[in-house]
Amino acid sequence: MIRIEKLSKHYKNIHALKKVSLHVPEGELFAYLGPNGAGKTTTIRILTGLTALSSGDAYLNGFHIEKHTIDAKTQCGLVPQSVNLDQELTVFENLDVHGRLFRMPAVTRNTQIHKLLEYVDMDGRKDSLAKHLSGGMKRRVMIARALVHSPRILFLDEPTVGLDAGIRRRIWALIKKIQQNGTTIFLTTHYIEEAEFLANRVAFLDEGRIVAADTPQNLMSHLGLWAIDRFADDTMEAVYFQTRKEANEYVTRQEECFTLRRVNLEDAFLALTGKKVKGQQC
Amino acid sequence: MLKGWSAVYYRELLILRRRLSRLLASMSVSPLLYLIAFGYAMGNEVRIEGHTYMEFLIPGLTAMSSMTQSFAIASEINISRFYWHIFEEFQSAPLSNIAYVTGEVLAGITRAFVAVGVILILGLMFGVRLSCTPLFWLAIFLNSFVFASLAVGMAMLVKSHADQAMLTNFVITPMAFLGGTFFPVDRLPAWAQKLLFLLPLTHASDSIRAAAFGKQPHLFSYFVLLLTGMIFFFVSFHCVNRARD
Repeated sequence: MIRIEKLSKHYKNIHALKKVSLHVPEGELFAYLGPNGAGKTTTIRILTGLTALSSGDAYLNGFHIEKHTIDAKTQCGLVPQSVNLDQELTVFENLDVHGRLFRMPAVTRNTQIHKLLEYVDMDGRKDSLAKHLSGGMKRRVMIARALVHSPRILFLDEPTVGLDAGIRRRIWALIKKIQQNGTTIFLTTHYIEEAEFLANRVAFLDEGRIVAADTPQNLMSHLGLWAIDRFADDTMEAVYFQTRKEANEYVTRQEECFTLRRVNLEDAFLALTGKKVKGQQC
Repeated sequence: MLKGWSAVYYRELLILRRRLSRLLASMSVSPLLYLIAFGYAMGNEVRIEGHTYMEFLIPGLTAMSSMTQSFAIASEINISRFYWHIFEEFQSAPLSNIAYVTGEVLAGITRAFVAVGVILILGLMFGVRLSCTPLFWLAIFLNSFVFASLAVGMAMLVKSHADQAMLTNFVITPMAFLGGTFFPVDRLPAWAQKLLFLLPLTHASDSIRAAAFGKQPHLFSYFVLLLTGMIFFFVSFHCVNRARD
């Protein structure tokens, strides 16, 4: 469904993407995990036609994004990182303009908009101006807008950034529901728990390169299932164990402060790159 | 190739409708002040080419307003691009550059016609009724086509809203005062007349004024406006790609 081959992007002397290759099959929820500046948004911008690629190839449902731009664009919907609703238009008008941009006939457009507003639980606010909505409502409207033309691929660029935990959970449930309806989802995030909860597969992106791509379980499994964070001399170090019993035995021999927890994708990212996803060097 | 232009135009119309009362008020302020200060107070005894100064001024203000209001689409595009990021919504849609430019240019032309309507109503309030022939409307259409096309191109090239304001100060403001709006260009030295003859607004003012007075305008001026508008339109079309990164 999404195929990227040796995709590179240069901005003058900055190499934002370095020969990235990946394949996302139909119906998969694929997460792109990496710190700020890793190249996540650049990849989405190239795939959705917002930015020109420097070299390489990318295909959406078989359509080359530069050679068959119009066909490729009709395959996908985009929810960008920053809120880009027309603030002076109502919720309905925002979706209506989108449907017109994708040349949907009036009857289909209206039916689809009403269905989607119900789907994202915003049907009661269809006549509200976008500027009067809360952050979580705006995100839900943006997701509904991206789905108006029934795309086969949905790009979500940091869909829950800046939202509180409760609203984030609600958006996650919505994303799961969209995937269950057969849409392929490409998600960028720097929230570990978001990638773990949602993704079928995760790619770690660091400094414009994919350093690993696999299921969350496989990415974490080589470290073990349990981790102990040891605090000593103002530093923290993680030690990994296959079983909880091994971890408990280790703890009994320690005198420092420690925390016992499950291994997560942050540990896997740290082991591969020496960095935390949120950008701290270790 | 042009598919989707109507969606861009429709969005601009929705915004125009929502802001209409505020926009009508702001479109009235400057022309009203010019009419009171220059037309009514200072130019009361002045006659130009057999017309009162008020009669001379109103077609000039019509040309100027159609220019400034069609060019104002640049600010709207910039706010969409830099502040609200709505431009991304157009870029990610299956929309050709030419369809986008067409939608925005038509929105600029629509704004210009609304502004001209305001000037004509103000003119009636000051007792001036212009002859609104098809050639009068054609000149307004071409003038707004020129400046809406220029606006879209500039909006694609600038890197910030501040750059846009600077361009307006350097391009639009001097033209508004020197393009035959407030005085006949033929009262200036020959070298200045030649220079001002290069400005599209000079041709627009001449054509609109001649048509409004029931005279035969110079068709050459219409040709200049059409040609300039087409050049700006195609430059804008090519500039849309530059805004991608």
